[in-house]
Amino acid sequence: MKNKQDEVLREVTQNEYKYGFHTDIETDTIPKGLNEDVVRLISAKKEEPEWLLEYRLKAFDRWKQMKMPKWAHLTIPEINYQDIIYYAAPKQKVSLESIDDVDPELRETFEKLGISLDEQKRLTGVAVDAIIDSVSVKTTFSETLAEMGIIFCSFSEAVHNHPDLVRKYMGSVVPYTDNYFAALNSAVFSDGSFCYIPKGVRCPMELSTYFRINAANTGQFERTLLVADDESYVSYLEGCTAPMRDENQLHAAVVEIVAMEKAEVKYSTVQNWYPGDKDGKGGIYNFVTKRGICKGNYSKISWTQVETGSAVTWKYPSCILKGHNSIGEFYSVAVTNNMQQADTGTKMLHIGRNTKSTIISKGISAGKSQNSYRGLVRVMKNAENARNFSQCDSLLLGDKCGAHTFPYIETDNSSAIVEHEATTSKISEDQIFYCNQRGIETEKAISLIVNGYAKEVLNKLPMEFAVEAQKLLAISLEGSVG
Amino acid sequence: MSTNQEYIELFKEKEGILDKASPSFMSEIRHDAMENFSKTGIPDKKSELYKYTSLQKIFEPQYSMLFQPSKVDFKVEDIFSCDVPNLSTRLEVILNGFYLKEKVSLRKLDNGIIIGSLAEAQKKYPSLVKEHFNKYAGSGSDGLVSLNTAFALDGLFIYVPKGQSLGDALQVVNLPMTGIDTLLHYRNLFIMEDNSSAEIVVCDHTLSPFRFLTNSVTEIYAGPGARFNYSRVQNEHLNSNLLTNMFIHQEKDSQVKSNTVTLHGGTIRNNTNVLLNAEGCDSQVYGLSLADRTQHIDNYVNIDHAKPNCTSTQLFKGILDDQATGVFNGRILVRPDAQKTLAYQTNNNILMSDEAKMKSKPQLEIYADDVRCSHGATTGQLDENALFYMQSRGIPRKEARLLMLYAFAHEVIDKIEVVPLKDRINDLVNKRLRGELSRCNNCSMACGDLPLPK
Amino acid sequence: MLLIKNLKVAIAGKRILDGINLEVKAGEVHAIMGPNGSGKSTLASALAGRDLYEVTHGSVKYLDEDLLEMNPEERAKKGLFLGFQYPVEIPGVSMVSFMKTAVNEQRTYQGKDPLSAGDFLKFMREKKELVEFDSQLTNRSVNEGFSGGEKKKNEIFQMALLQPRLAILDETDSGLDIDALKIVANGINTLKSKDNATIVITHYQRLLDYIVPDFVHVLYQGRIVKSSGRELALELEEKGYDWIKAEANGNGQ
Repeated sequence: MKNKQDEVLREVTQNEYKYGFHTDIETDTIPKGLNEDVVRLISAKKEEPEWLLEYRLKAFDRWKQMKMPKWAHLTIPEINYQDIIYYAAPKQKVSLESIDDVDPELRETFEKLGISLDEQKRLTGVAVDAIIDSVSVKTTFSETLAEMGIIFCSFSEAVHNHPDLVRKYMGSVVPYTDNYFAALNSAVFSDGSFCYIPKGVRCPMELSTYFRINAANTGQFERTLLVADDESYVSYLEGCTAPMRDENQLHAAVVEIVAMEKAEVKYSTVQNWYPGDKDGKGGIYNFVTKRGICKGNYSKISWTQVETGSAVTWKYPSCILKGHNSIGEFYSVAVTNNMQQADTGTKMLHIGRNTKSTIISKGISAGKSQNSYRGLVRVMKNAENARNFSQCDSLLLGDKCGAHTFPYIETDNSSAIVEHEATTSKISEDQIFYCNQRGIETEKAISLIVNGYAKEVLNKLPMEFAVEAQKLLAISLEGSVG
Repeated sequence: MSTNQEYIELFKEKEGILDKASPSFMSEIRHDAMENFSKTGIPDKKSELYKYTSLQKIFEPQYSMLFQPSKVDFKVEDIFSCDVPNLSTRLEVILNGFYLKEKVSLRKLDNGIIIGSLAEAQKKYPSLVKEHFNKYAGSGSDGLVSLNTAFALDGLFIYVPKGQSLGDALQVVNLPMTGIDTLLHYRNLFIMEDNSSAEIVVCDHTLSPFRFLTNSVTEIYAGPGARFNYSRVQNEHLNSNLLTNMFIHQEKDSQVKSNTVTLHGGTIRNNTNVLLNAEGCDSQVYGLSLADRTQHIDNYVNIDHAKPNCTSTQLFKGILDDQATGVFNGRILVRPDAQKTLAYQTNNNILMSDEAKMKSKPQLEIYADDVRCSHGATTGQLDENALFYMQSRGIPRKEARLLMLYAFAHEVIDKIEVVPLKDRINDLVNKRLRGELSRCNNCSMACGDLPLPK
Repeated sequence: MLLIKNLKVAIAGKRILDGINLEVKAGEVHAIMGPNGSGKSTLASALAGRDLYEVTHGSVKYLDEDLLEMNPEERAKKGLFLGFQYPVEIPGVSMVSFMKTAVNEQRTYQGKDPLSAGDFLKFMREKKELVEFDSQLTNRSVNEGFSGGEKKKNEIFQMALLQPRLAILDETDSGLDIDALKIVANGINTLKSKDNATIVITHYQRLLDYIVPDFVHVLYQGRIVKSSGRELALELEEKGYDWIKAEANGNGQ
């Protein structure tokens, strides 16, 4: 029975990666390697203004002086940064007037991923910016949104069409000096999404960026900048997949969010980069810096992430709670399997008065994977009445994996209340037998229990993503009945 | 010259004296330790383990070091009255890092129990000492331990043979008492053979107003079925800094409890390392810190579940006032085969003033699936509703606060098993919370007027 | 319906059941009584297929098939229901999800279409009323934070949803106050029919005031040492188990 359970566990946790296909698209790539000329070349290809080139060069200078951080609970082989292609773009018409101008191969790629670029075919509730390798290929519903004053476009377009906004906010939350990968991104970033919600506007549809790495030997370095002006609201989704390749590919993104007074931003991610095969061959190295600042009073930033992919995940979506009465939230499910490694969590910096943060992290480890939660809650001296609640649970499936919790709790204000809890558990044989006795086979029982365990976080996802996330967790029933 | 370099030089200079003071097997151990120290040095803030406690600051002043016991022409009992009145056993005193002998420096009781000076034990029972000395604190340890291994000349040695019990709690007092700023190293070794048991109460005090830094190492071996109960009260003045490094090695079905109550001190860092090396072990590590002024109290606990079916509990509480800083860094490591582990870790803190700080870092590192591990950490203040409830029953607010603080602390005090000690600590904590416990409250003479040892 | 022949069961090499013989026909109610440690719960768990219980000897026929060849979920889908003495908590999994999965697994097995969410909720509402199950509890996670009594009522509620052919109720009465006991007994009686059978395992006679058994068996040291009609239960209530033990040990008249 025990063996059979293990077998089923293996089956449940070893589903083939179904987004592993790769599309033959004519691609414009630059040679491998990184130096000042490459940085200039990327900037030139994007016809960037001088100030942006300068920003890139400063970042590159800084990066050269930095070392890759070693503090995470990760074992990463030496990365040869000269062996990576820093720019790859599908060859297609420079400006797209309509969906018909998008390369049919590309359209098909996204159709296969369940992301239709055709506005007519889509649920009207979601606008998509589709990014393949280094560039944005299509942003849907831009015009509809523009009528409300919402800017939703690729980062490159924003640089040309809204330079003042980009210049004002880019690097204001994640400066290029922040860390090794943020510096690298700032030097070589190729594209990404830009979003601005004007004062008092509630964005009527989910905004979504879909990232796809297609070209081989290519790193993906995108940047997302999201500015929510006073009393605005936006819910933003991000999804990502990559082909199965034997070599590792690097993804180093930066996401910056600015929430002004009474603004609310919900940022959800379903990260499903190729995780490598069962022996740990291939897969994406995912080094991401995501940070939001609650700049205005009563603002709110909420991160929800479902992390199932990547060979290595290094990611800490964070909130700077500067505005008084601002709120930061972090909801995470991180699944690691086979040889995957994840070191993920959040930082909540309480600066303003009456700031509140909630952290719910659910780690699920299987196979020979290592899954760590790392989080910092810092209550600064003037953050009167700050409140934090953190719960970090780990579920272990099998006895070859690891689950770790590394919270840092720094309290410099006596009126603060900070609470942290963590538990570790496995699925007990009693639970499986109880399900069996009710006629539920072991495989279903495990997915039922895993789903139940992650429910608190899955419930925070927007409907459309929740379904995908549930599927990802091999879920059959949960969600169809409330 | 850097501090590290100074100690390396000092060792070279004093190596002859150190070698002469101990039997020959010690020379190599000291030498290796210094070799290690020259690589690691004193941990700095870049070290993850000392992220919140700056050792550089407390090592900065010029300290003198002692290479021979101080001579006393007074009886310790005359100047230091035991603080735990009903504790009936003899007082063992470590004065300035050396065992203070009364008649003999090492005594062997009829039942085979040996108590006394470690330096003497190294000479008299070399094979027994060699079997355990530096085996638990030894390799791969940090600079502080290496520094101690290189320089410590003496300390307390206890050996309890198979099946024997030490009887009533043994009280040990560590006294730094010199007329000059001093860095002290002492070393304890407690060997508990199969099914033996012992209770020890350790008090850290200072009796002279100079600046002290004590860097001690205590190794405890708990053999199969052994029971060891270790209570410690730290009550020193603001210029007295303590670095304690405890290494507990547990064998099958053994149980070790450690309880540290910190009432006063400058910068205090307590390192407790527990290795559960066989099945059926139980480890309990408790701590209570009451800190005010600029005190800095850092408790580090590392419990290594190396084998299945062991249990461990950590409970640390802190009450921080004025500009005091508290740190808790607890780690539970469950190794791949340590199935059926039960491990719990709790850290609760109350901040009493706007300038008090608390840094908490509870960690779980788990490589086995059939385990139950959890931790919880809270930092906050007294419950206003409860305070109001008490006030509405006619209890003055100040008294209500005290009652609640006392209740908060009580959970840890309650774990102390030596009854007279528990009573005394209850009393001390009560006084401490009322602000009635000055640093010299427990000595019979005013500090500074004492005859200093030569 | 159920035919047990010379069943021997061990846990971790230690023999607990030492040759059980028992036949249960459709429409019958059997009570199995016995002192603590006599093997009552072992019998229930072994019949449900818990792998900790190793069948070392004997055979069990259920609906003319070899029960011991089936895995636990097959037994369940064929209508064998175990009411657990200690129902298991499954955090995060709602009662609705749990039972909808179970009911639809069974329906699929029987070649019926699975119930839609709406139909299932309706079905559940009916059964809730039938066994007087608190409607709030179905919104919670399986058994999580339920009181002892709520857990037992939940077992009967699940039995009502799954409509078993053979229900084995392991100490379903333990830990219940008299009102809860009546509700549970009432539920069991309501679900009784001429096509299904019930095995009630209990230490006390008390439950049998409400559920009238056709047969009472006394289990002692892993064997059925006495079988009789309902009057045996009353005799046990009056005299305790000592005389049975004496008899079984060969010291009786």
